[in-house]
Amino acid sequence: MNKLEGFDGHPYMANSNKQARQAMLDAVGATNLDQLFEQIPQDNLTDHEFSWPKELSSEHELFQVVNKLLSRNQHCEDNLSFIGSGAYRHYVPAIVDTVIGRSEFLTPVFGTSSSDQGRMQAWFEFTSQLGELLDMEFVGLPVYSYGAAIGHALRMAARVNGRSKVIIPEILDPEKMAVVNTYAGHPDLDGHLEVITCSCDSQTGLIDTDQLSVLLNDQVAAVYFESPNALGSLEVNASKIIQLARTQGVLSIMGVDPITLGIVRSPGSLDCDICVGSIASLGVHLNSGGGVAGFIASRDEERLVRQFPTLQVSLAKTTNQGELGFALTLFEQSSYAAREEGNDWTGNGVYLWAIAASVYMSLLGPEGFREIGAAVLQRTFDLKRSLASVNGIQVLSPGTNFREVVVSFRDSGKSIKAINDALLARGIFGGCDLAVMDSRLEGCALYCVTELHSAEDIDQLVRALKEILA
Amino acid sequence: MTELKKYQSAVWSEPIVLTMGSTGRRGQRFALDRPVDHTLEELLPAHLRREKSVKLPELSEFEVLRHYEHLSQQTLGMMGVSLFGTCTMKYNPRVNERLVNKPEVAEVHPLQDPSTFQGTLEIVDSFDHMLREVSGMDRFVFQAGGGADAAYLHMTLTRAYFADRGELGTRNEIITTIQSHPCNPATAAAAGFSVITLPLEEDGYPSTEALRAALSDRTAALVMNNPDDIGIYNPRVKEWVDAAHEAGALCFYDHANFNGVMTRIRARELGFDACMFMLHKTFGSPKSGSGGPAIGAYGCTDDLAKYLPGPLLERTDSGALTLVEGSDKGVGRIREFMGNLPVVIRAYCWSRSMGIEGLREAANLSVLANNYMETRILSIPGVSKAFPDNKLFRLEMTRYSLEKLTADTGVTVLDIQNRMTDFGVDAPWLSHDPWFIPEPITPEAGELWSREDLDHWIDALTQSCEEAYADPELVKSAPHNQAIHKLSDAQFSDPDTWATTWRSYKRKYQRP
Repeated sequence: MNKLEGFDGHPYMANSNKQARQAMLDAVGATNLDQLFEQIPQDNLTDHEFSWPKELSSEHELFQVVNKLLSRNQHCEDNLSFIGSGAYRHYVPAIVDTVIGRSEFLTPVFGTSSSDQGRMQAWFEFTSQLGELLDMEFVGLPVYSYGAAIGHALRMAARVNGRSKVIIPEILDPEKMAVVNTYAGHPDLDGHLEVITCSCDSQTGLIDTDQLSVLLNDQVAAVYFESPNALGSLEVNASKIIQLARTQGVLSIMGVDPITLGIVRSPGSLDCDICVGSIASLGVHLNSGGGVAGFIASRDEERLVRQFPTLQVSLAKTTNQGELGFALTLFEQSSYAAREEGNDWTGNGVYLWAIAASVYMSLLGPEGFREIGAAVLQRTFDLKRSLASVNGIQVLSPGTNFREVVVSFRDSGKSIKAINDALLARGIFGGCDLAVMDSRLEGCALYCVTELHSAEDIDQLVRALKEILA
Repeated sequence: MTELKKYQSAVWSEPIVLTMGSTGRRGQRFALDRPVDHTLEELLPAHLRREKSVKLPELSEFEVLRHYEHLSQQTLGMMGVSLFGTCTMKYNPRVNERLVNKPEVAEVHPLQDPSTFQGTLEIVDSFDHMLREVSGMDRFVFQAGGGADAAYLHMTLTRAYFADRGELGTRNEIITTIQSHPCNPATAAAAGFSVITLPLEEDGYPSTEALRAALSDRTAALVMNNPDDIGIYNPRVKEWVDAAHEAGALCFYDHANFNGVMTRIRARELGFDACMFMLHKTFGSPKSGSGGPAIGAYGCTDDLAKYLPGPLLERTDSGALTLVEGSDKGVGRIREFMGNLPVVIRAYCWSRSMGIEGLREAANLSVLANNYMETRILSIPGVSKAFPDNKLFRLEMTRYSLEKLTADTGVTVLDIQNRMTDFGVDAPWLSHDPWFIPEPITPEAGELWSREDLDHWIDALTQSCEEAYADPELVKSAPHNQAIHKLSDAQFSDPDTWATTWRSYKRKYQRP
């Protein structure tokens, strides 16, 4: 056995003192600590000499060491960033951070419905406000990410109608595409979904509805489409896609970013069957990719609701007449209750972001969502128009774009990498290369703006690109 | 027993936010410094435009802050003592919060050029190496957003591994035990496998004979935890792993219950091919709003590493860290991007503060504290422990049963759970489903709580159990000191009554 001896007086451990240790040892009737591990056979114990860095049990020392490491990072607050592609930097109001930093929300686990009534209410207010934006009545607690939400929703649809083919757009964010392919399973195993891609316009990413009509039949469980899509376009044919699917008994799954919905037509009013999307835009920092978070919603229709893989919070009555509380509903269909018989699986997710999103939605209200939607739409238009003025650049997004536009550098004779390296040398993070998404987009990049980009920011990008491409 | 400290939750009767506010009030404004010369109507075609205004509340900024602060005050949320079994409730150092809330973490985009966030990547790399040390595995990844997601990663990686070997057509079974977390069989099924679940036998773990009978050339993986949630360690684990390997299966160690065995055992030395650590439990990162953002850190051997999902860290010749894609034969992604990196940074900070001796101390204290609690808990009327014939010291948890108390008084463990919250004690963990120990209750002391805190928890249980005998109605109608009363025994799974949104509630309950 190795010769570790423990640590006296560590600030994170109240009983790491001789007095407490000895009192407890006496109470249990053990003469030493090793005795307590008698269940573990000798040949299971390790004699490994651990090579860990020396401890930094002084907080000031720890702070300085880690802070120095982190100071090597550049970030989007100091640098001008035009990267989107699945993670979008919107402003996070200060009180969102104040609320989610409170100990009662930050650190605990589930209590009972009564002892954690406030958190249950915050969750219910998350689903309720999201339901208002979506115009949908049934909303689950969040899932790991937008991609995970799509994967779960496709599997959910297959359970609803017992079919096993699913249609997704051929132009889809590569991160999400990879997640969806994982969730679809493997043809050699049970529950596999055959993923069929529907062709899309290469400049807008919009679904080719003629091809979709051909692909739809009574073996297809669901069709997935999104608005804004992977190229930033709002889907003009949403209603048509939903209706085409319905005539074949195919469920429609629409992906949205709720931050658009103060101005953009809601998935509920389009009458899609299941809605998925991201809640990361609603008051969550980029967090180096740790800000991603998804949701699943639908009409409050039993055949759909019975297949949700999430946990849900419902309003419920208490033993006190007229008083309302909150309870988990449909717990019995979750994996916690039913193990392998449950709907997919659930576990620790991103529930803190549900509280962040709840605060965010309460703060913005109807007018705030209208304003931010209009601001981003105008900024996107400004970006399009400003970039189009640069020689060697073409903006390939002819439709209505929210946040992101496709920029072609083909005529410049420079690669996206060369351009992004040159931008980085000027402290600017250029948009992501689109060739990985679709070979027709070779030489194109996806540029993103939000309400956090000022007019001067766009002008600065234009000046930099003119220099680089000159 | 000294008299219990008094506790009373704040009661604000806080309304549902959607019913609050006044038309025209604002909580956040968005201004544009250079409006374009187009109206919204011109920029957004009519068929894409929202028709009706969103029915969200209209509140001033302060009103929103106060509302959610009130809700936090109506949440017990670890403000007293929380010994929630299986979740290893730790102190979440606020210095770590200070660090991850800096823009150097919070405002970094995951698709920035890797050269622009070398600080974070160095931390991730260092922490990967620290976990390799404590487990013996060859490599760790952090994409899984929690323990269940890490189990899913293991199932999809198992799928990729056998597909690559051309054996997936026959190897389609996962073997686990009834004491594994429900996510293990659930993720196995979601990945397409069928599940074989071994029952526990008299010592508190399944027999090796049962395992051998279940193993075959159809077995893809053995998935187990050890110790389990009862606090019992399966001493034949090496034999199990060997038997599974002989059958050609992979072995996955769900290390959710790592706290009591840190620095004493290493997964690789026991023979496992892969393991998982909960950074939001064992490694000091917050549970966060009762459920993430979290991380199930997944580690495996070099043989399996080629199936890990990208983006993967790689050190270039220049010494810098970069990110590369995983193999085409591997798991593409289980989630977008590299993972909840702020959680990795917190876990790194916690581990650096503790050091390896701190880990040993934490393991020692969590086992010591659990056994200390047992000496007092078993003297409470109506309380017994699961598998009492196994007399060895339990590890970091012990499962108790209130079966006798319920038989004697009619008071259930759910009532006791509610009553304990009246003393500022977070509702204790009972057991995952199915309950093969009747009326179960499972505290986990961990290393955070002082002996005084542990005594308070035990006093609260003692008081609740004594009340069950003296005044059962008092316990059955609990809680009495919370923001709201006990929920009525309504049916929460009836389409006519469930309401997960305010609009659904209004339609179902407020019909004209």
